[in-house]
Amino acid sequence: MNKIFIIIQREYLSRVKNKRFLLTTLLTPIIMVGFIAGATFLSISGKDEHKIAVIDQNGFFKSNLQNTKEINFVFPENVDTANYITKGFTDIILIPKFEGTAKVNYTIRSKKRLGLNTESNISDKINEAIEDKMLQDAGIQRSQLDSIRSKSQFAELKSMEEKGDTVQESNAALSYGIGFGSGMLIYITMFIYGAMVMRGVMEEKTNRIAEVMVSSVKPFQLMMGKIIGIGAVGLTQFFMWIILIGILTTAAQFFIPHDVMQQVSALQQTNGQIPTGGMVQAGDAAQKIYKLQHTMSTANWPVIIACFIFYFLGGYLFYASLFAAVGSVVNEDPQDAQSLMLPITMPIIFSFIIMSNAVQDPSTSIATWASIIPFSSPMVMMARIAYGIPGTVPYWQLALSMLSLIGGFLLTTWLSGKIYRTGILMYGKKVSWKEMGKWAFRKN
Amino acid sequence: MSEILRLSNLKKHYASQKAVDDISFSIEQGSIFGLLGPNGAGKTTLLRMITGIFYPDSGNIQFDGNAFDPLNDIIKIGYMPEERGLYKKMKIGEQALYLAQLKGLSRSDAMQKIKFWFKRMEMESWWNKKVEDLSKGMSQKLQFVTTVLHEPKLIILDEPFSGLDPLNANLIKEEIYGLAQRGSTVIFSTHRMEQVEEICDHIVLVNLGKKVLDGTVADIKQQFKENKFSIQLSALPNEMNSSAFNIIEQKGNELIVQINENFKSNDVLKYFLQQDHSIESFREILPTLNEIFIHLVEGTKATARAFERSEN
Repeated sequence: MNKIFIIIQREYLSRVKNKRFLLTTLLTPIIMVGFIAGATFLSISGKDEHKIAVIDQNGFFKSNLQNTKEINFVFPENVDTANYITKGFTDIILIPKFEGTAKVNYTIRSKKRLGLNTESNISDKINEAIEDKMLQDAGIQRSQLDSIRSKSQFAELKSMEEKGDTVQESNAALSYGIGFGSGMLIYITMFIYGAMVMRGVMEEKTNRIAEVMVSSVKPFQLMMGKIIGIGAVGLTQFFMWIILIGILTTAAQFFIPHDVMQQVSALQQTNGQIPTGGMVQAGDAAQKIYKLQHTMSTANWPVIIACFIFYFLGGYLFYASLFAAVGSVVNEDPQDAQSLMLPITMPIIFSFIIMSNAVQDPSTSIATWASIIPFSSPMVMMARIAYGIPGTVPYWQLALSMLSLIGGFLLTTWLSGKIYRTGILMYGKKVSWKEMGKWAFRKN
Repeated sequence: MSEILRLSNLKKHYASQKAVDDISFSIEQGSIFGLLGPNGAGKTTLLRMITGIFYPDSGNIQFDGNAFDPLNDIIKIGYMPEERGLYKKMKIGEQALYLAQLKGLSRSDAMQKIKFWFKRMEMESWWNKKVEDLSKGMSQKLQFVTTVLHEPKLIILDEPFSGLDPLNANLIKEEIYGLAQRGSTVIFSTHRMEQVEEICDHIVLVNLGKKVLDGTVADIKQQFKENKFSIQLSALPNEMNSSAFNIIEQKGNELIVQINENFKSNDVLKYFLQQDHSIESFREILPTLNEIFIHLVEGTKATARAFERSEN
């Protein structure tokens, strides 16, 4: 058996067999879903209830002002700013007589300061009531207007993109989501797995294993074995997440009533058209599910996933060897690692910033060049690929980016290997970047 | 006996110093060889070249009759460096298996040999323990086993007894003798001279990157003897005056004398015989390796050099 394979095996198994690995792999998606659910729950619940006394000089608010769950408008007699609290109100609104459409201020006084949300809710309700009154004066019923509004939503924008001879439907929001999501994922994993490589190397050095090891294997084999082994751990984690997401979405479908799903499949056959004549009935829920499924299908998933795996691995390999080189020169003091890591983390953070602009505007020259240069290409190219190949990213750019990434990681691995070789056997001395450079560019 | 290792004019220079500066010597197969020298003398650099970790700048190494080829010869070498360690979180059995496989043993072969050595060293119950649970002496024992497990022709031990209690040190010492008897060659690097004197057949002393001494322990002692003798008498004479010797020390009825130039040991005996003193014992005092070591190293810049950390 090849020695490098034995090393890969140990690095991989010692991490995957660890209980912590299983726990983080399973818990991360659950925590993320929980986090989103928690945030949503908090934004829905937990609002103050307001009982508001309205002192209106115009007289039309009583019939037009709508109550909401949290805001209750009351039009009491004999209540003023002096006694509204004792009469059980939380707030009082004083609306002066309106003079046509001339600008006018109305005031609200409250026991507690109002939250931003409540404040805008109240002013929306007041404006809505004024709008209602004006509609009535013009002879239009609110219900009429609402029905016209909903009926007028029949026209829908579908953006198409040139694709050789055919055009294909595209969706900017989805592209944004995919681009940002995959860029973010590469960003996080580069840090997590890069740091894992660095810690592994530091462990070997501080526990004095390095010299025992290099009497059996070449330092380069030791470094590559660790990098590949940890990369395989990362891939395993991704595949487990994909399977987990698959299971969760399948499970979620069981919670959707059967007839809704039938309607969805009927919609799929008719390409989203709701046929007139009542043959197929589609409820609101079914339409939403169909739309989601349809939007998701506009993305070119196989290409995106293939590119993601390529750029994840390429980016990981590019940076992992640099992290290994830093780990090899660190002595006992972990603070050394912090300062030596900075030149590596800076380009990663900088790429993230370019990436978050590139997902909004994928064709700027900065985004284009950043997606070709190997320092930033893994993140930035993923942001652009989501917008389509070869529409947004021409084939030559993709090829150039991939080739320069491969060339880039071969170069960083080669240079880091030389630093690593010297660094792991050195104790006691603080190494400067200048010295590391000298080692890296030394012949043989 | 044939040579297992021959170093010819080895040089390795770092930016700031000549770590190994033109060193040549050879080692006989089956011998226990001591490589001595103060801290920073270039021992570790020399050993790293012999184990293929470093390439020499110039000079060549002959291993087992052929030019040294680190890639293929590494399986025939077992190296226990002074800076040694093990993966703390790994189980002991797995650790031994891992290191043996990296030496090039197949899994089944490695298992068999580990079982043999674990039994021999009374370590069988350790298999599922982690390294972090072992005491320093225990992990030293494990380290020794992983070094010799693949039955290498050449075993290099850098300070193998540091941190061992006398019982375990003896156990390892016995194993070293055993390995040498079975044909392995042992290079033993240390600055504990009493151990060298006890174990080694042949020694080389390096200082400041150069070879200072090379020879068998007995020859070297002869070479550095100062013509000192100890003589034990039944009773001390009142007056002693001889041109043959000077008395250096007097302990009870024992005298330490140094024989002057152009005189022999028999001249000392003659003197006391003539005086009719009954002699209870008479023996030559050879210098200890420790004394020779200090004599040779003291006054050189060895100490200053030890602080200049090597940079390569």
